[in-house]
Amino acid sequence: MRLTLHIWRQSGPDAKGRFETYKLDDVNEHMSFLEMLDVLNQQLIENGEDPVAFEHDCREGVCGMCGIVINGLPHGGRKGTTTCQLHMRHFKDGEELTLEPWRSAAFPVLKDLVVDRSAFDRIIQAGGFISIHTGAPPDAATILVPKEDAELAMDYAECIGCGACVAACPNGAAMLFMSAKIAHLGMLPQGKVEADRRVKAMVEAMEKEPFGACTNFTSCEAVCPKEISISAIARMNRDYRRAFLPGKAEGGGKLEKVKLLPAT
Amino acid sequence: MKLDARIPSGPLQQKWTNFRDHVKLLSPANKRKHSIIVVGTGLAGASAAATLAELGYKVKAFCYQDSARRAHSIAAQGGINATKNYPYDGDTVWRLFYDTIKGGDFRGREANTYRLAELSSNIIDQCVAQGVPFARDYAGYLANRTFGGALVSRTFYARGATGQQLLLGAYSALSRQVGLGNVEMHPRADVQDIVIVDGKARGIVVRDMLTGELEAYAADAVILATGGYANVFYLSTNAKGCNTTAIWRAHRRGAGFANPCYMQIHPTCIPQSGDYQSKLTLMSESLRNDGRVWVPRKKGDTRPPNEIPEEERNYYLEEKYPSYGNMVPRDVASRNAKYWCDLGYGVGPNGRGVYLDFKDAIERLGVEVIRQRYGNLFDMYERITGENAYEVPMRIYPAPHYTMGGLWVDYHLMSTIPGLFVLGEANFSDHGANRLGASALMQGLADGYFIIPITIGDYLASERLQKVSTDATEFKNVLADVDERLRKLLAVDGTKTVDHFHRELGKVMWDKVGMSRNAQGLTEAIQRIQALREEFWNDVRVPGRNEELNQELEKAARVADFLELGELIARDALAREESAGGHFREEYQTEEGEALRDDEHFQHVAVWEYAGDGKEPIRHVEPLVFEAVTPTQRSYK
Amino acid sequence: MNESPGFYSSSVGKKILMAVTGMILFFFVLFHMAGNLQIFIGQEELDRYAKFLHSVPEILWLVRIAVTFSFLVHIVAAVQVWLQSRRARPIRYKVRVNLATDMAARTMIWTGPIILLFVLYHLLHLTYGALYPDLFVEGHVYQNLINSFRLWPIAVVYIVANIGLGFHLYHGLWSLTQTLGWTHPRFDRCRRVASAVIGIGVAAANISIPVSILAGLVR
Repeated sequence: MRLTLHIWRQSGPDAKGRFETYKLDDVNEHMSFLEMLDVLNQQLIENGEDPVAFEHDCREGVCGMCGIVINGLPHGGRKGTTTCQLHMRHFKDGEELTLEPWRSAAFPVLKDLVVDRSAFDRIIQAGGFISIHTGAPPDAATILVPKEDAELAMDYAECIGCGACVAACPNGAAMLFMSAKIAHLGMLPQGKVEADRRVKAMVEAMEKEPFGACTNFTSCEAVCPKEISISAIARMNRDYRRAFLPGKAEGGGKLEKVKLLPAT
Repeated sequence: MKLDARIPSGPLQQKWTNFRDHVKLLSPANKRKHSIIVVGTGLAGASAAATLAELGYKVKAFCYQDSARRAHSIAAQGGINATKNYPYDGDTVWRLFYDTIKGGDFRGREANTYRLAELSSNIIDQCVAQGVPFARDYAGYLANRTFGGALVSRTFYARGATGQQLLLGAYSALSRQVGLGNVEMHPRADVQDIVIVDGKARGIVVRDMLTGELEAYAADAVILATGGYANVFYLSTNAKGCNTTAIWRAHRRGAGFANPCYMQIHPTCIPQSGDYQSKLTLMSESLRNDGRVWVPRKKGDTRPPNEIPEEERNYYLEEKYPSYGNMVPRDVASRNAKYWCDLGYGVGPNGRGVYLDFKDAIERLGVEVIRQRYGNLFDMYERITGENAYEVPMRIYPAPHYTMGGLWVDYHLMSTIPGLFVLGEANFSDHGANRLGASALMQGLADGYFIIPITIGDYLASERLQKVSTDATEFKNVLADVDERLRKLLAVDGTKTVDHFHRELGKVMWDKVGMSRNAQGLTEAIQRIQALREEFWNDVRVPGRNEELNQELEKAARVADFLELGELIARDALAREESAGGHFREEYQTEEGEALRDDEHFQHVAVWEYAGDGKEPIRHVEPLVFEAVTPTQRSYK
Repeated sequence: MNESPGFYSSSVGKKILMAVTGMILFFFVLFHMAGNLQIFIGQEELDRYAKFLHSVPEILWLVRIAVTFSFLVHIVAAVQVWLQSRRARPIRYKVRVNLATDMAARTMIWTGPIILLFVLYHLLHLTYGALYPDLFVEGHVYQNLINSFRLWPIAVVYIVANIGLGFHLYHGLWSLTQTLGWTHPRFDRCRRVASAVIGIGVAAANISIPVSILAGLVR
């Protein structure tokens, strides 16, 4: 297979970037997309040029490190597939591919195709957890969880934090990422206790980062390599609305309702 | 080198309790005064950092990834063992302990392994409370499954992503502490060396992966939870970034390296498809429950598998092991696959593969049942190979997967360097010569959540630690060493890429130090690796500068360490003149070709001491004393 | 609902307010449409209905204020959300692909202003009569409509604006169920279809008036 690649090259966070064109003559259809880039990089190094920086680690679709926008499609646009799991057999001989980094004000480019996704960590640090400490929690079987709830929680929990949702969203919004965590924890009895506090804190942290707003384009769902449903976003919206209802304590949690007992 | 395992007194079942009864404690006010460095944020590192911060210590955590959530624990699929005995099928702490020590071919330390089994239940409680969505049954209770030939159902799982869910649980606990300001998190920090002051581990030197700046960090204790070193094979199921640098540099500074030759080769991985291959992908070994392994009876048979008639197929596992058949342990399945491929019966583009055929299972159970059981694995197989395993047999081949060896630690998980603690896969402690399925996650979390928080307190309460700042000479010296090493790598400016050397090293390791080893091959390997190392330092080409994001430089520094570790693995394998678990020496096998242990001469942990560049390392031993169990011979016929 | 500054300061809160105000406006549109369709019953009915609306000025003004307020909140929040999203992607992609979005979703930012301009036009045209004084007589709703829509340029303005409204409603209605979290696995499949049916229905019903007049079916 022969390929022409137009790749975004940017030497550092403050440098001006540009597209460079590379030609590869001997691409094997069984290669993964990143292996194709490995081959390109070996050639660049041998020719004394700077190899293309891109992120990757597990190369089996679960660490969430990789992510390239290929011809406008984050992760290449194949259903349920990360860039590292994308294989060259899905491309045509002679095809031209444009490779761009995730584009988001919240994900500044560090070099070439590498971006800074630490905004995601800050959102989780604000509330993406259940506030227990290591010690002696009750036996795991004390609180029963309906199988359906556990399965749905798992659907949301599978998020790998790759950021493709932000990259794909025409608004650059982080709702699918954030809501996946809120929905995962909110589905489970252990996580319901501080659900109000969590949704408020995470939304607040998200707004501090330059993410866009959700206008229900659903592009995020279409590119999510774990096929997480936008029902998570609906859930988050509901939780957020309810967290502001009267009768809620500052920051979340329920104010105790005092009922007057009729005098007897 | 002094090897005192510091195993508490008393009967096996009482050791951990006794230990906790008498361990020294620090008051909350004193905990605040102590700082701890944690390197690595996988299951062991993240759980340790979170728990220590909750206790009040000042924690600094480091990882090379862009986020703590991405450590390679995330890729574990199958599950995590615990002795909950919810199915009431007779599981006990003792049974998990015994299965683990027997699975490790009686090359593990009894006390550590028992403690691991003892803590397994707490882990499940902890993780459920954190919101880990384990699989449940219709009554809402936690579901269990059997794993790796165990006789009881004790494996908890979250679909095919148990490692991911457990790691995200630990990451959430860690994130909470980062948010509260109790943990200072340093992502994209590549640890280059550790710093020893007055014989105690007191800090690390890291390279900021974005700017190339070298930074020193000081603390009262250093925890390494940096995972295994299977990437010494170049092709393994590990993440690309997994490396040995932290533990190898610690070894060079005095930490004993235990049993480096014990490594696990996983039998059901997707075979290599070409020279460009960058990593191997593992599929859960549960596939062997229904798949049948075979190779053609004719050498170099290139017919499509479905055109090969039944009588021309060699179901070699079923023939050789009539009772266990396709379900033999990992090492046996792996070795037999290599055996038939070496003879020229292998299938696939480069003859390095055997068939795993579901035709009979599909005929017996129907496609739907198979889809339910293995659908996600079949999908993954198709994504990678482009083949539909419902119609043509899968091709599988073994791949390096896990390393049981690692830095030597005592019962406190402290290495031979005081103040240097090692957790998870990075230490050698709990799995002996071979690890059971679904036990790696258990060990990482037991070490991080439950063991280190207690043992490190004992260390800090017992030692008089002087105040140390990064201005001290010891720090300056290590900074200078690291700087010089990186500059040297950049200055070679040779002709071959880092990957070239890593691949070459991998080939040597796989051919001579892989699934089956012999004295001649190992001796050759040592020479070959030495030559390769020399060539590396004379002919490697690392482009770019240090003062930027330079992925080739990161790789080069790691490969340079693998080139040293590879030799030690070969030496250890050569010195261990027996076969045990993941270490198989062709000279030492039974008449049926099974591993033959030599308990009289090798019932010990081999601990290697670094003697200096160009000098032969020194082999020490920690004898293994079995008080509670009697070593027996494995048999799977 | 406690609309504290905290709530409105987030884009999630803004979107929820847009959903609530959008819903109020939708009900107004529905009510307005139902009233106007009385044109097909006859002149008397429609004019009486118009008179009835003006019979209690307090209620009329209450409705007018509520609708105007909703309109303003809806617009201000929309503009703020739009600006926030524009800032979120300072460098755009070289290759742009529309992923899973439909035209209605992408054109909200255009159909919105079209509807705003149309509403102003419509108020000046048929509520205050300032635009075409020759065609307008206070209180004679039926005749005013006949006079105006016999002229094709005016009819075309109404038809185009209502097509825009249809699109806006289609995405807006589906979107508001999402934003308010009114989802349920059992109904999720119908949400799209129902929004489409309502969007097309409202547009068609409104358009039927100028079309019928233009075609001479109603005179």
